Amino acid sequence: MRPMTRTRLRRALGVLLVAGVALAATGCGSDEDQSADGTVTITVNGLPPATEAANHQRFLDNVAEFERQNPDIRIDAREGKMDPQTFAAKLAGGQLEDVFYVYFTDPANLIAKRQVADISAYVKDFPVVDQIRPEVRRVFSDDAGKLYGLPYKNYSMGLLYSRPLFTKAGLDPDKPPTTWAEVRTAAQKIAALGGGTVGFGEYSKSNTGGWHFTTHMYSRGGEVAVNEGGTWKAAFNNDTGRQVLTQLKEMRWTDDSMGARQSLEWADLLQLMGAGKLGMYLATADNIPTIVNQYKGDFADYGLGPIPDGRGTLGGGEGYMFNAKASPEKIRAGLKWLTFWFTSADRFEAENKWAAEHKLPVGLPEPQIFTGPAAQTQAAADKTYANVPQQNYAPFVAAMGSIPVKLEPPNAQQVYAALDVAMLKVLTDRDANVDQLLADAEKQVNTILSTVR
Amino acid sequence: MAVLTTARDAAEGPGAAGRPRAADAGRRRRRLRDDLLAYAFLAAGLLCFAFFSWYPLARGVVLSFQQVNFVTDPTFVGLDNFRALVADPLFWTAWKNTLVFTGLALVLGYLVPLALAILLNELRHVAGFFRVAVYLPVMLPPIVVVLLWKYLYDPGNGLFNTLLRGAHLPESQWTQSSSTAMISLVLVSTWANLGGATLMYLAALQNVPGELYEAAELDGAGVRQRLRHVTLPHLRFIMLVLLLLQIISTMQVFIEPYQLTGTTNPDTVTVMVLIYRYAFTVNNDFGLAAAASVVLFVVLGVFSALYLRLTRRAD
Repeated sequence: MRPMTRTRLRRALGVLLVAGVALAATGCGSDEDQSADGTVTITVNGLPPATEAANHQRFLDNVAEFERQNPDIRIDAREGKMDPQTFAAKLAGGQLEDVFYVYFTDPANLIAKRQVADISAYVKDFPVVDQIRPEVRRVFSDDAGKLYGLPYKNYSMGLLYSRPLFTKAGLDPDKPPTTWAEVRTAAQKIAALGGGTVGFGEYSKSNTGGWHFTTHMYSRGGEVAVNEGGTWKAAFNNDTGRQVLTQLKEMRWTDDSMGARQSLEWADLLQLMGAGKLGMYLATADNIPTIVNQYKGDFADYGLGPIPDGRGTLGGGEGYMFNAKASPEKIRAGLKWLTFWFTSADRFEAENKWAAEHKLPVGLPEPQIFTGPAAQTQAAADKTYANVPQQNYAPFVAAMGSIPVKLEPPNAQQVYAALDVAMLKVLTDRDANVDQLLADAEKQVNTILSTVR
Repeated sequence: MAVLTTARDAAEGPGAAGRPRAADAGRRRRRLRDDLLAYAFLAAGLLCFAFFSWYPLARGVVLSFQQVNFVTDPTFVGLDNFRALVADPLFWTAWKNTLVFTGLALVLGYLVPLALAILLNELRHVAGFFRVAVYLPVMLPPIVVVLLWKYLYDPGNGLFNTLLRGAHLPESQWTQSSSTAMISLVLVSTWANLGGATLMYLAALQNVPGELYEAAELDGAGVRQRLRHVTLPHLRFIMLVLLLLQIISTMQVFIEPYQLTGTTNPDTVTVMVLIYRYAFTVNNDFGLAAAASVVLFVVLGVFSALYLRLTRRAD
């Protein structure tokens, strides 16, 4: 390097350094948990977007009322829910909310990675937490029983079907199929209507295939993973697994009742249902309002039956967890807020009244996150303000008590990704070898499960 | 500093030493001011690069040796992430798929633009229209292109199968079948990107002096001979540059497989899709994703070095 260039370089670095220091200095801020007057401010997400004007305002009204009742707590409400693609960046950048929204698929992973705060020590001051159904509470707990969050809504899978297509195909819309054999027959009849009508829809992309394969396994009394003496092992390479894949393969290729378009992911089937082109698919009750609102469906058109075969079903839902860096004051304030609105039996009356006035759905068969008196308060409030055709969900509700709701396997997303392949292949390859697919998936899932501690 | 000043004076040649000192100092001050001004302007760009390219790059390399949860301090795990990477069969599948994609993309995406450019160059009428038409897809946002092709490929009511059905030809599963998935993705990417390459070829073609063709014609050379002995030798350099650029860009293919076949389809998982899958959709393991990125970075680095050497030599 020539001397002249070196001087220039040195000067350039000098300028850079000065600018860098200036930037770093402006980047420094203060992050105190409690202000001088003792007020705690917590950031909370899940504020509905401003485009959903009524829901957005309702959330803010609730915040205002809560702050009136708790003058020492300020709530900084933010839009956005759980997005795995930005979660890590928010966490790393210190931008994650103190109390943040999650789906039931998230807690296990977040707990294992120690990315959430343990709230066990604080919940004793909030008695309503004891009335949360144990299987729902377990979603937010670790193996030692420590609690990391609270549920807000829960759902379990059933068979969502199109009542008009049932009628057209000569099926009774009040008697949905209750076994997999009946589903197959019904799907054939619906697909025979022609015009691109799909009898039974199924997923096979972006982990949703593995997620539904798990539901199929549970429905037939099977498992996806079992814990044998402290080690997790894949449990689907057996007759039950073969039945699941073989039936889907036959429905797709022999009966041609599942449509040519495959490699579908979550929104695809809701869209197809909204368009009136899909007979049945496995779904939770909360799909119904989404189909109605986003895909221009009509509440009257959808029925919900129990999961076929009914030997078990997969549960899902939503809730809130706490930032691992949240102070005790913030955790307490967050719990106060959640038990004030989200996880609160007392609010059902007011919330349902408001929802009914704003033409939002009340009276879907779920959520049911409480047992005991809290559950009764909710049931009464639902009954008073129900505005969805509850009789359409009667078959589902009637079977609800007798079908065990099961949780997801450990490392669910990785397991689902591996099982996606088996689902994709039986639905897109006429010559797919079911035994080989199960054996391949088993090998992969065992590798994934071997990392579970 | 004194040494440097002397060195600079010396560098400015023998005439500089004889000038009056005051004028010399004034000149130096002026130069210093100019330099500082230039650096100040440059600083914004350098800062942007430093913060948005170099720092994340260095951080990515560090991350590949760490295990992180972004709450507690990261732990250094040595080569663990790289070991996990080579132990994952999907990593090798992804590399195989990426190479297949790159290979197919070169066969289609490398020769088609060349042929198109030569054709366009020969056109005497409505040449402008065709040039715009060829370049038009480049102006579409990639996501729009992919969604458009998603419809074209739909095995039920997609355009392609509807046409095939109309012509009583066997239909295809396109992106859904393992035998046609990759080539379907290559078609999308070629369609979307060939405009740029065609334009570059066309520019190079227009630099070929017309006299050469005239001379060749006078010597009795036919079309094929003119192409072989006049056109192609002139295009050799740009062809080599485009080859390397295309290898570098096609090896980073992401949006086509991500959107059309997803992150879980082993037939079309590419290295970039795998990195995304490691970090965001399946494993949530940033160390592992960083390790895979470092491997890709090194491979692409080799091709970039080749490219730089080539273009520098040409300068």
